Amino acid sequence: MCLQDMILALHAFWGEQGCVILQPYDMRMGAGTFHPATTLRALGPEPWNAAFVQPCRRPTDGRYGENPNRLQHYYQYQVILKPSPENIQELYLKSLEVIGIDPLKHDIRFVEDDWESPTLGAWGLGWEVWCDGMEVTQFTYFQQMGGFDCKPVAGELTYGLERLAMYIQGKDNVYDLAYNNHGVTYGQVFLENEKQMSKWNFEVADTEALFDLFRKAVAECRNCLANDVPIAAYEQAIEASHVFNLLQARGVISVQERASYMGQVRDLARGSCEAYMAKEKDRWAAEFDGWTA
Amino acid sequence: MSDFLLELRCEEIPARMQADARGELEKLFRQHMGDAGVALGEVAVWSTPRRLALVAKGLPERTEAVSEESKGPPEGAPDQAIEGFCRKAGVTRDQLEVRDVKGRATYFAVRNIPGRTVKDLLAEAIPAMVRAFSWPKSMRWGTASMSTESLRWVRPLSGIVAILGEDLVECEVGGIASGYVTKGHRFHGAKPEHDVTGTGFTETAVPHHPGDITIGGAHDYVEKLRACHVIVDHTEREHIVRTKAKAVAHDAGLVLVEDEGLVIENAGLTEWPVPLLGNFDPDFLEVPPEVIQLTARTNQKYFICRDKHGKLANAFVCTANIVALDGGTAIVDGNRKVLAARLSDARFFWDVDRKKPLAEHARKLANIVFHEKLGTVSDKVERVAKLAEWLASEGIVPNCDPALARQAAELCKADLVTEMVGEFPELQGLMGGYYARAEGLPDAVADAIRDHYKPVGQGDDVPTAPVTVAVSLADKLDTLRSFFSIDEKPTGSKDPFALRRAALGIIRLVTENKLRMSIGEGDLLHFFADRLKVQQKEAGVRHDLIDAVFALGGEDDLVRLLARVHALQAFVGTEDGANLLAGYKRAANILKKEEWLGVEGEIARTGEEDPLAMVDDPDLAPVIAAKMAQAHEKELSYTLEPAEKALIDALATAEPKAASAIAAEDFAGAMAALASLRAPIDAFFDEVTVNDSNPDKRAARLDLLAQFRAAVHKVADFSRIEG
Repeated sequence: MCLQDMILALHAFWGEQGCVILQPYDMRMGAGTFHPATTLRALGPEPWNAAFVQPCRRPTDGRYGENPNRLQHYYQYQVILKPSPENIQELYLKSLEVIGIDPLKHDIRFVEDDWESPTLGAWGLGWEVWCDGMEVTQFTYFQQMGGFDCKPVAGELTYGLERLAMYIQGKDNVYDLAYNNHGVTYGQVFLENEKQMSKWNFEVADTEALFDLFRKAVAECRNCLANDVPIAAYEQAIEASHVFNLLQARGVISVQERASYMGQVRDLARGSCEAYMAKEKDRWAAEFDGWTA
Repeated sequence: MSDFLLELRCEEIPARMQADARGELEKLFRQHMGDAGVALGEVAVWSTPRRLALVAKGLPERTEAVSEESKGPPEGAPDQAIEGFCRKAGVTRDQLEVRDVKGRATYFAVRNIPGRTVKDLLAEAIPAMVRAFSWPKSMRWGTASMSTESLRWVRPLSGIVAILGEDLVECEVGGIASGYVTKGHRFHGAKPEHDVTGTGFTETAVPHHPGDITIGGAHDYVEKLRACHVIVDHTEREHIVRTKAKAVAHDAGLVLVEDEGLVIENAGLTEWPVPLLGNFDPDFLEVPPEVIQLTARTNQKYFICRDKHGKLANAFVCTANIVALDGGTAIVDGNRKVLAARLSDARFFWDVDRKKPLAEHARKLANIVFHEKLGTVSDKVERVAKLAEWLASEGIVPNCDPALARQAAELCKADLVTEMVGEFPELQGLMGGYYARAEGLPDAVADAIRDHYKPVGQGDDVPTAPVTVAVSLADKLDTLRSFFSIDEKPTGSKDPFALRRAALGIIRLVTENKLRMSIGEGDLLHFFADRLKVQQKEAGVRHDLIDAVFALGGEDDLVRLLARVHALQAFVGTEDGANLLAGYKRAANILKKEEWLGVEGEIARTGEEDPLAMVDDPDLAPVIAAKMAQAHEKELSYTLEPAEKALIDALATAEPKAASAIAAEDFAGAMAALASLRAPIDAFFDEVTVNDSNPDKRAARLDLLAQFRAAVHKVADFSRIEG
């Protein structure tokens, strides 16, 4: 099954299950969890089921297109189900079958892997799902987000699409993946991108401009918070987080400074979550009997 | 009498938590049954990733009636107190009985708890056990998690089977009701074509959904699960992993590297373990074997194998949770690919790291803060290099080239900033050693870089190669002295900088290599004394004997100190030693009772050995003079009894002998000299009356005992010796 058919199959499957099929968020981010459809929607009592592809950028993982497994830009398929349904594991396993993984031929395992994002003030318990020893999905029951208890708890599934595709297609090199069924490979789509972006991330990016971007994102986030637009504030937190990752890749943040930058990003993200909660909590309390923030 | 089965089924329990969870389940069950007075016979607890199970054999049908009695306040106590007591005891005021307790009318609450069926008891106990269950980490889930008060479990709890005999124990917790139905293996199902193991289960035996099973009771639980590809007894799964992993390696002409931790972990990750052998590209063997083992073990939970010559083979054993339809070909191939991807990462790090010499890597250490008050890691490295060089040039570490010691110390932390150690921190040191060798540095330097963290624990080997000893010792001494200098000492259970471990390392390096040096002073010396006692305890050395030698003061040479302690321990173990100790105690008790310091006692008290040394001291000179004169006078005032004379003579011989033996560090000789006092002191106590009515005699004899005590103290402070 080619990569794009996998995405279509997952969309069809999760769409059937009642998920809203969203498009990628139009900002640079390190993980699908940053998508407001996950982070912000994990807060509060309203049921929420969504599935989407999110391109992820991890500048330090760039290998100039020379490593068969590591990329600075790749896709995550993200599913969020709130509250977590009773049969969430069974649903997940069925979703593997629709992309061609037969659980009677392969060894599917749920191996302890708890998740924590100090940046988002979030944590959850769950597993990394192994398929024949390969981690193909991160499976998490969110317990806290932005420093708030999740009430109710959401289940989050994050599939590593390239890895799964390599597995399904039996390819050892990500660039050899069939992107579609008409001869287009992943390499044709992304190899040059990886080369140039690795070079930009590690060597070219103007660090002064990045520092400036970081400061501006911090300031704008505070401006948004002061004006009670928490969704806009959260976008600035995403921006600051990614710019920080770029600065890391450029090697211009010393070990000593690192903690301070991370602390700033965390404050922005938490501040945005707090503001989002504050804005909605009265309505939620009115609509959901017995619910409190 | 009926057997009871309890199964708590949930989503995958982390392997590392299963052993404790079994213990917790048994503990809670015994507690509840014990509280109700139910005597228990055999209780078995099992776990798989998806269930905890307990079987208790031979439970009675009913509990015995019990009468619970509690004593309350006396009659006439304030109403408040009496009502509080009633509430606590669960009785009303008119139910209280009044009894006489030592002449006082006192309220008693008596509750007659009638016998009840064990089934009812279990129906109450199960929800209570589930709610009280303690997990290292627990979570909420599902619709109920709208409230933070919802049930917590390690992962979502999905089913409860509770059967007493053949009867359902009806109960409910967190919205989950007990039943007869559980699930078998997640994937192995009811379809006959899936019966590749030939266990012979059929579609009718497992009628519905793949994996849904109806349990009859404790009697058929294990076998019904087995028929659905679940081996519920973890010890059986462990046995399968242990023996089959070995067998598949053996069949390929290889030897499995045994690893009990992996056995337990793999058994905790599977309900139906199937060890499978796979190979990886032999080109990866150019990467250090420790890297391959660590990659395979930590990331993938694979066993590794060696060939017949003991070299690492390009093979691994993974443990699948399924007998696959294709016999495991796809599973092995998938695992091979994952390992290959991980190993190519490792090889990438190995290649990249070797492009630069360690000295160049080391420059980056200037960017890493060691501690805010102690500078960067570079600063620390420079201190260590200086100290290592000094230890070598002073001959404290014998036969050590100071230049090599400095070079090794300068490079010993460089691998911390390499890619490989960034990925696998546990390879610190080891990788530095590989990289040093790869760039052609002398073996002594590479070995020192590799081993300078040693000894890590009590069981770890202690380095003996001179350059390694110098670097290892310098590193630990610097850590300890630096943190003590900024007053960061371990307190209670807090030891964030692992200073106790550093001290222990120093003790072992110094004592096992017999290094003669002062290890510290003041607080630091006390810290070492405490660590030494802990460390020597395992070697069977008595802590009181260490105290007895430390109490002499000023001993900062661990080798000399331990030699003395060992001689002392050997001595107090002999009959002479035990008797001398008894004699010493008797003498010390008499002197204490009489509050007699005596001439020697006075001197001993001031801590000076040579009385003449104190004559210069204006305060003490008259005291000494008077005491000496007094002693001199007494010698002439009466005729000595034979035993008294014998002790004086024995002391006159033994004292200088012991002193010179100590000066020569011949502690066994010093003990032998003391041993010669045993017969005379015994005879003295048998034949001489110390508290003679003649005050001169009494004074002289007390002085003699004081002299005896002081002579013994030159070897060790016997008052610290227990027993």
